[in-house]
Amino acid sequence: MKFSDQFEQRFTEMLTHYPTKRSVLVPTLLFAQDEIGFLSDEVIHELAGRLDLTDLEVRNVISYYSMLTTKPRGKFNVQVCTNIACMLRGADELFEHCEKKLGIGHKGTTPDGLFSLEEVECIGACSWAPAAQVNYDFHENLTPDKMDRVLDEYKKKGTQ
Amino acid sequence: MASLVSHPDEVKVVTKRFGKGATSLDRYLELDGYKAVQKALGMQPDAVINEVKNSALRGRGGAGFNTGMKWSFVPKQSPKPKYVLCNGDESEPGTCKDRLILEHDPHSVIEGVMIAGLSVQAHVGYIYIRGEYRYLSEIMQKAIRDAYGRGFLGKNIFGSGYDFDVYWHGGAGAYEVGEESALMESLEGKRGIPRIRPPFPAVIGLWGGPTIINNVETLASVPHIILGGADWYAGLGPPKNGGTRLFCLSGHLNRPGVYELPLGYNLRKMIYDVGGGISNGRNLKAVVPGGSSTPVLTAEEIDVGMDFDSLAKAGSMLGSGGVVILDDTTCMVKFAQRIMKFYQHESCGWCIPCREGTDWLKKTLTRFHAGGGTKKDIDNIQYLAENMLGRTFCPLGDAAAMPTISIVKKFRKEFEDHLEGRPCPFEKAGAVRELPVMA
Ligand SMILES: Cc1cc2nc3c(=O)[nH]c(=O)nc-3n(C[C@H](O)[C@H](O)[C@H](O)COP(=O)(O)O)c2cc1C
Ligand code: FES
Repeated sequence: MKFSDQFEQRFTEMLTHYPTKRSVLVPTLLFAQDEIGFLSDEVIHELAGRLDLTDLEVRNVISYYSMLTTKPRGKFNVQVCTNIACMLRGADELFEHCEKKLGIGHKGTTPDGLFSLEEVECIGACSWAPAAQVNYDFHENLTPDKMDRVLDEYKKKGTQ
Repeated sequence: MASLVSHPDEVKVVTKRFGKGATSLDRYLELDGYKAVQKALGMQPDAVINEVKNSALRGRGGAGFNTGMKWSFVPKQSPKPKYVLCNGDESEPGTCKDRLILEHDPHSVIEGVMIAGLSVQAHVGYIYIRGEYRYLSEIMQKAIRDAYGRGFLGKNIFGSGYDFDVYWHGGAGAYEVGEESALMESLEGKRGIPRIRPPFPAVIGLWGGPTIINNVETLASVPHIILGGADWYAGLGPPKNGGTRLFCLSGHLNRPGVYELPLGYNLRKMIYDVGGGISNGRNLKAVVPGGSSTPVLTAEEIDVGMDFDSLAKAGSMLGSGGVVILDDTTCMVKFAQRIMKFYQHESCGWCIPCREGTDWLKKTLTRFHAGGGTKKDIDNIQYLAENMLGRTFCPLGDAAAMPTISIVKKFRKEFEDHLEGRPCPFEKAGAVRELPVMA
């Protein structure tokens, strides 16, 4: 199991921030997922070993957090907020538009592995609704047209 | 990233460094940064607590508890280390203010954590930021590194002999983790399941040590209070409701955005002056005054001061500062359904009234909105929600029940209009499609 140097550095440093080892677990899982793409059996086993936990204890934590996944996702995870502030400004229509455009539904992934789609809860962009995140990037004040341009940009980036 | 707005009625305290490059430590210092913590280092811990208590600063995370009072519950002597925990999980639908503070003024949050720490003689603080806010985590981690680089954090801060460490911590997607006891569980590397109280975190918190937990905005307000004085801060708002807060205006408005206004500001003015009125020339139907968990107000109830006590008197709550505006094309049944869908999704499943209650309510409201409702459902929705109130392990159950009860009570007719398989009368109203397009 090989993580990047940056991961290892951060991991070692974070361990010094808490009185218990397992305290680093939640952020570390997300950093690992960012590198590997998902939390594979191998990743889980590796982190459990480092933190003196059982694989099951780590899985138990993973299943609680909505951003963590044990299955591969597309290279770009499109997360459309449909919560109240976004809903009032057209989020349901926006989500449907994404479904059509990408040809996948909630938690689906395109066959080329480029995009995944997710309907998500409030992402803290309510005053700039409707909003979506592609991986960690925010896209706000969206319309179907604007969303098309955003997705086309990522497609270009992903196929270069 | 998120765009800034302004209005002449704003009183800029917490937002005063926004857009001024204060993420840079040098710039922050030019703008009076780290002066408050140095002043606090010269004060007795109790004097710091009293100053904050007298400023009438109340928690900006939701419950609105007097901040200085909360700090005073931390025992003076403790065999276990004490901690400060800054709550940056910001996930209450309608709320997007902590994001701006973390983006524009991260050092003010660090400084607030330090002052809170001094006041209870803690030596470690954590700043927990939700996983979705990756760019803000990077901003915060850099700010912390910079502060260590100058000796503002670590051993012997500002040459005072006092040691204080601040660490960043990140989440991975969970609304419930914003609840203070679940937040501690998450920081300890576990599922975010709430703890029973008492004991309160101020007595037994992180790893069993006394812990102060405050919202990002609450802590970012503290340095301004220490520098400007309790009287000045308290005087900005009505009695017992000190200061300003960041109101996140969203929904059917011409000028949505985050505005800093004094507590007690009139809601009607907030909607029609600050927010520019209802979009597309439509009429107001309802307002969510403080995030999705707060009881809705009708268009007739908006002559109210936006402070904790006035809203409580009006039967609602100031909550987290998320003000969501609904125009007359909004279907309140659909709105209630969407709120419940959220709480059902976010219920941690630990206690039965919340887990089962939100699930039944979501199913009933979904069926109801789709035209499969019966008259008895309306009373059942009310009955279920009322029976969750106060009966759950943590207040997530209340958060789900309160808006539901208010919507059924105030908009019962809309529920009746959906009966007997009739299609939703608002489905074709088209407000959404006519919304102005912003560049
Ligand atoms: C379900 C639930 C979610 C919450 N989410 C948040 C949150 O995201 N941010 C926050 O500051 N407080 C949140 N709170 C309130 C916290 O429990 C706690 O009261 C608050 O962080 C205390 O800080 P304050 O006194 O400065 O407001 C939440 C409460 C509940 C019941
Ligand atoms: S409701 Fe969509 S970002 Fe808050």
